[in-house]
Amino acid sequence: MKKEFLVYLGILVLAIIFYFVITEPVTFSPAVSLIIIALIALILIFIFIRTIQGSFVGRRTVFTFVAISVVLPFFMTIEQAIRTSPEVQALYAAVEELKPGAKVLVSFDYDPPSAPELQPMAETFFNLCLERDLNVIIMGLWPQGPQQAELAMQKILDEPEIAAKNLEYGVDYVNLGFQVGNEFVIQRMGDNIASMFQTDYYGTPYDSLPLVRNVRNLSNIDFSFNLSAGYPGTVEWVQVAVDRYGVNLGAGNTAVQAPQMYPYLRAGQLKGLLGGLNGAAEFEKIAGRIGKGTKFMVSQSFSHVIVIAFIIIGNAAYFLGEKRRKQKAAE
Amino acid sequence: MDAIGLWIGAFLTLGIISFLYKDNPWYKLSEAIFVGVSAGYWFITLFWDSIYSKFYIGITDKGDYYLIVGAILGFLMLLRLVPKIGWISRWPLSFIVGAISGFYLINYFSSNVMRQVANTVMPLFSTEYGQSLFTAPIGTIVANIIVAGGTFTGLVYFFFSKEHKGAFGVTARIGIWVIMITFGATFGYTVMSRMSLLIGRMDFIFGDWLGLIK
Repeated sequence: MKKEFLVYLGILVLAIIFYFVITEPVTFSPAVSLIIIALIALILIFIFIRTIQGSFVGRRTVFTFVAISVVLPFFMTIEQAIRTSPEVQALYAAVEELKPGAKVLVSFDYDPPSAPELQPMAETFFNLCLERDLNVIIMGLWPQGPQQAELAMQKILDEPEIAAKNLEYGVDYVNLGFQVGNEFVIQRMGDNIASMFQTDYYGTPYDSLPLVRNVRNLSNIDFSFNLSAGYPGTVEWVQVAVDRYGVNLGAGNTAVQAPQMYPYLRAGQLKGLLGGLNGAAEFEKIAGRIGKGTKFMVSQSFSHVIVIAFIIIGNAAYFLGEKRRKQKAAE
Repeated sequence: MDAIGLWIGAFLTLGIISFLYKDNPWYKLSEAIFVGVSAGYWFITLFWDSIYSKFYIGITDKGDYYLIVGAILGFLMLLRLVPKIGWISRWPLSFIVGAISGFYLINYFSSNVMRQVANTVMPLFSTEYGQSLFTAPIGTIVANIIVAGGTFTGLVYFFFSKEHKGAFGVTARIGIWVIMITFGATFGYTVMSRMSLLIGRMDFIFGDWLGLIK
């Protein structure tokens, strides 16, 4: 207990030092970054050799390496080449085809835990829509979705090119808020959107909002984009909005559920797909806007390399352990 | 006020991460706060969005008296808490299961069966029906063969009425490989997703809280 208390105290002291003493952001030069990478590689090789010799590392070593691989790239000044995949290009092309004034429905079906993957997609999508003078209608089937939308929209509205347009709430974009009812909300929206959203996020009556006054149902929506982290999400939008009401739908998904969406993409039920942080970074690249998706990709790639390295080390430990056990049994 | 929020967020984040070292009181406190806040948040959200906005306002302002039927079914669900008459809670449950099954049957059959089957039954060597052979790009032809072959061999693996021997056994073995590759891809995506969550938290700790990231 005393030891644990000392560890907590140590963390607190470190945090206070970082918080109050280092007040400027820290950046490593490319040379320092490369030296750090080389050092990590050397330590991994050392661990691999020690594993072959029969000395295995504990799980805490793996956790430490994963933490290092995630954190250090934040301070490095190296960039990663990002290639855009056909599904991301398809989504971008679908938005580009829309004419100014087209109505785009964006459903925020996620909450803060999934924000690292989906928030960069939301910001880039809003930027793309507002840059092209598309009208954005926001809603959410998850209670915290519209709050995430507010954060993303505010960030984009503060960007100089968008701020210069003097966009007006209720005319150029609107947030209809959250509605309880999962896929049944989409079902009712196919017939009458106002029946599900009698007021917007701020309590303004639906008919008082110029942007949506003439938007009766999903047939008045030119394009829909769904940001999804689970249920209800893209699957429900495809099943109800796309297959029943013929909505043109693009989607941004967490990496966990992205593989489920590829059959819909191939069948043409989805116009385009952004899968996880990688999808967010690709979308940022094609839209010409560097955001957190791109910044986080270096950490993502680093951590993957570390995971792959430890998979190799773990397999070496497993097979060597098996071999030694068999040898002992034979003796 | 923002700074206090940041410090609380950082305290709880570090508390949850501390479990990687070992189970400890800091982790337990953070976990209990998370569970309590989540339960409270959901209760309040559902109370105001469902019971108040839909039911109460629906009846008092709009006169939608049919909502009372739903409210009664909802109340009957609570009878599960009374052991003697708990069996009544099966009525609303059976209503929910029946209604959802009917709704899902159509949705899944249309979107996940018919559309997917139609998309699998595609010409192998051309982009559309009626076109001459080998008009599709080589990449598309290879992808089509993999989809068709993967679907067929995957289905063969799940056909247990015949022993997996000979040519049938080889096909089933290819099927299990296809399934394993699919699971591998899904696992890869899952790792990517979990890493993204960790990256998000680390960005909060080192960026938003400590201000060390440019």
